[in-house]
Amino acid sequence: MFSRDTWKEIFDTIKKNKLRTFLSGFTVALGIFIVVILVGFTNGLQNTFDEFFNDDATNTFFLFPGRTSQPYKGYKSGRQIEFDNTDLADIKKNFPMFLEYITPRTTRSALVKYKGESNNYTNRAVGPAHQYCEKTIMMKGRYLNETDIKDKAKHIVIGRLVEKDLFKGENSIGEYVDMGGSAFKVIGVFQDDGGDNEERLIYLPYTTRQLIEKSTDKVGQIILAFKPQIGYAAAMTFETKLDKFLRDKKFIDPEDPNGLYIRNVADNYQQNQQFALVLGIISSVFALGTIIAGIIGISNIMVFVVKERTKELGIRKAMGATPASVIGTILMESIVITAFSGFVGMMIGVGLLSSLGEKLEDFFIKNPYINMGFAVFATLVLIVFGALAGYVPARRAAKIKPIVALRDE
Amino acid sequence: MIEIKDLHKSYKMGSNSLHVLKGINFTAEDGELVAIMGSSGSGKSTLLNILGMLDEADSGEYTLDNVPIKNLSETKAAQYRNKFLGFIFQSFNLINYKSAMENVALPLYYQKVGRKERQEKALNYLERVGLKEWATHLPNELSGGQKQRVAIARAMAAEPKVLLADEPTGALDSKTSYEVMDLIQKINDEGNTILVVTHEEDIAHMCKRIVHLRDGVIVEDKKVKQVRAAEYVQ
Repeated sequence: MFSRDTWKEIFDTIKKNKLRTFLSGFTVALGIFIVVILVGFTNGLQNTFDEFFNDDATNTFFLFPGRTSQPYKGYKSGRQIEFDNTDLADIKKNFPMFLEYITPRTTRSALVKYKGESNNYTNRAVGPAHQYCEKTIMMKGRYLNETDIKDKAKHIVIGRLVEKDLFKGENSIGEYVDMGGSAFKVIGVFQDDGGDNEERLIYLPYTTRQLIEKSTDKVGQIILAFKPQIGYAAAMTFETKLDKFLRDKKFIDPEDPNGLYIRNVADNYQQNQQFALVLGIISSVFALGTIIAGIIGISNIMVFVVKERTKELGIRKAMGATPASVIGTILMESIVITAFSGFVGMMIGVGLLSSLGEKLEDFFIKNPYINMGFAVFATLVLIVFGALAGYVPARRAAKIKPIVALRDE
Repeated sequence: MIEIKDLHKSYKMGSNSLHVLKGINFTAEDGELVAIMGSSGSGKSTLLNILGMLDEADSGEYTLDNVPIKNLSETKAAQYRNKFLGFIFQSFNLINYKSAMENVALPLYYQKVGRKERQEKALNYLERVGLKEWATHLPNELSGGQKQRVAIARAMAAEPKVLLADEPTGALDSKTSYEVMDLIQKINDEGNTILVVTHEEDIAHMCKRIVHLRDGVIVEDKKVKQVRAAEYVQ
């Protein structure tokens, strides 16, 4: 089928009909290019969203105390709910099968001084598990550990930018800083993908915070994570049970919307996934539309090609070309042009995507990429359907009586 | 070689039907050079197209080299055309983006002759029509007479049983016409059967037999003394 003669025939016609070749090639290349870019950008958007939500662990619940708005069991409304150490212990005791880790978080702000430098920073009094829920990455030193908690040690872990601001590039590990009037020893420096604000935080043991605040046993919020392997449904059950348990313990009306809040990151994650899915569907529809437009473009060109070559085909038929060979002549040419320009369009698209990298991050497109298999698949689809679309006019050309074709001027 | 019996053909023109051939009976022997004459609309081209399997008759019998030509599939017709017939057209019908040699080699391509052999044969036939040195030229670089000679070389290349020429000199001046007829006569001298459709008396008299068509029937069929075109060609 693909003898040297066939190739020569194809390249002869291509060479002699440059405009036609260029037009059909351009249509195909543009179609594939757009599909590749579209899919690439969608993947880029997806990357950005994944990153947003992956900064924090996705199997996390945040528990916030509130002020009740309804009286319940003899308690008046407007009562401020507070968490304390017993809550931590009770949750640990009651939900061991769900619980991965638990940590309190009490947020305060204080003036921090080191040598001549000073600045106000937010500090969080937390447990060691807090590192996981915020995905805190240690650059040097270590994070808070159980010993720090037990000893109520005056240790702090500071953000990368805190070190940059206060220490001016000097090593901060082992140095003492003044925070809110007490001296703390820096034991670690961290970075966080969550942005600059997250890197201007200071972490200290929650027990130390309680000691400073007149040996209270209160904590601000509670953050806990469920075991990821229990699945989404079980996580929802856990949330319901936890809500009921805490409302019972704190005497909050089960119907009161204000006494206690649970923020479930899994819920957000689910929403994010759904958003990504919708985005994917929209972009698929556009990609499909582009491919269909490309196919229509090819078939239009094929109709034109057949029209233009009617007389030539008539001559060929008079010389003994069979209908099959007429169809072959036209289809081969179209397939060769489609395949070649499809490949070119694909490579340009893929090349452009990989050269973009992070440049479009401001537009929420990060590292756009296209699965090479998908790109090749889209090109193949265009080639196959382009050939099918070309087959109809080619068949009609093959059916034209040679005498009619010869009369065509 | 060619035998047709009671051939009818009509064209549909909207609601009217135009009866072009009204019962043609005709026989041509091996090695004949027949001129088919008639005014325009007499059906001569239609007859030639049916003989050339470019068009189909409505009814009647047609036998070519003892092969009945009837109800052929497109593919079969193409194969028969390739094997039995060579065409020479008034408007040459060369493929304009192919060189003279490639045009001549085209029927051989459809005979699936190998590339080398095809080129050799094509050059050989171009030489016979005196255009060997024009082999690589495109048709639009050739004069009308040269184009027709390329077309004749192409018709010959497949070594067909019958050559069909439809007004081969229609687009040429007299001098060139005689050159082309000289070539056709020489080919006929070698024993090839040739049918020439023409409305020019002088061209017709360069054949060995003249068939007159009028209004779709043969009104006259006579042998003539052939005028050699070479007499007019220097």
